[in-house]
Amino acid sequence: MDQHHEFLSATLFNRYIANPLAEALGFHVDHDVLPAHLVMVIFVCLILTTVALLVRRRLSVENPGAVQQMLEVLVEGLLGLMKEIIGPDARRFFPLIGTLFLYILAGNLLGLFPGFMSPTSNINITAACGILVFLYYNYHGFRVHGFVKYMAHFAGPSLAIAPVLFVIEIISHMARPFSLSVRLMGNIYAEELIVTNLNQLFPFVISMPVMALGLFAGTLQAFIFSVLTIVYIAGSVEHAHDEEH
Amino acid sequence: MNRKFGLLAIALVVAILLPVVSVQAQSEEGGASTSLEIHWLAVAMAIAAAGCGYGQSRVLTAACEGVSRNPGASDTIRFFFILGLAFIEFLALLTFVVVLLVSG
Repeated sequence: MDQHHEFLSATLFNRYIANPLAEALGFHVDHDVLPAHLVMVIFVCLILTTVALLVRRRLSVENPGAVQQMLEVLVEGLLGLMKEIIGPDARRFFPLIGTLFLYILAGNLLGLFPGFMSPTSNINITAACGILVFLYYNYHGFRVHGFVKYMAHFAGPSLAIAPVLFVIEIISHMARPFSLSVRLMGNIYAEELIVTNLNQLFPFVISMPVMALGLFAGTLQAFIFSVLTIVYIAGSVEHAHDEEH
Repeated sequence: MNRKFGLLAIALVVAILLPVVSVQAQSEEGGASTSLEIHWLAVAMAIAAAGCGYGQSRVLTAACEGVSRNPGASDTIRFFFILGLAFIEFLALLTFVVVLLVSG
């Protein structure tokens, strides 16, 4: 699964920023210190922070700019979806889910620019997101229900099948971060692989439709990741009296 | 229904036998034996894609029927539609990851 492609942006970043920095800190540098996906994560964070700061500087109620209106639509849509699924308590979970959505969206779309790759096409980045979601929704389950009640929630309604159900539920919960991260990584990596191979066949023209598909699939995958996170959180913080899930 | 599955079975047999035959022809010429594994990986991916496509088409059919019968529920149906497609697609992606892992 190792990618040995050279990315121009990653090479330049390592040569002029990361390698000198590591040398200044006293490490022995004989190759590029940061792998390409970590450089891309840094780019994504820089892009998101810059856009957020620029938009915040010219926030206005009477005369909103185009970016502000777009972000408002996004926030309202996501928050409406969360209120529909989680309930009135949804605002509390909005910072994490909004951040995850924007981060994954920016990461997916970054790979469409020449010289860049999608950080989400590497399993390490998506596994970080998946494990974060797993810890987050379990933390909120413990916070809302308390330890014993949350554990009893795994065991199901009937005492007779509780031992079997408990094991099955634990396994299915363990599979959640795995499925989240592999779904995101598989989609984005497959798309990048196809674009790379088609570019070797004939540059740019044949891979154009696949890249358009990648634009669609990247947005959809970011949406699916956040929707699944919302569903998991709703499952862990819901109250016991409605017993279906 | 029977005819559909018959066609599917024939396609499957051809897909499985074709690489074996071609690899035997190759190895008689003295080709690499590892190309057999590569062919099997492609067959695995093809089977996964076929199953995934069939499952997703069922979901799409049901969603279209639901929307045409009750257009007011289209928002809810779209939500479950996308969620269901993601779950079905995951099975094909799992095969893709296994293929990647095995091929190294």
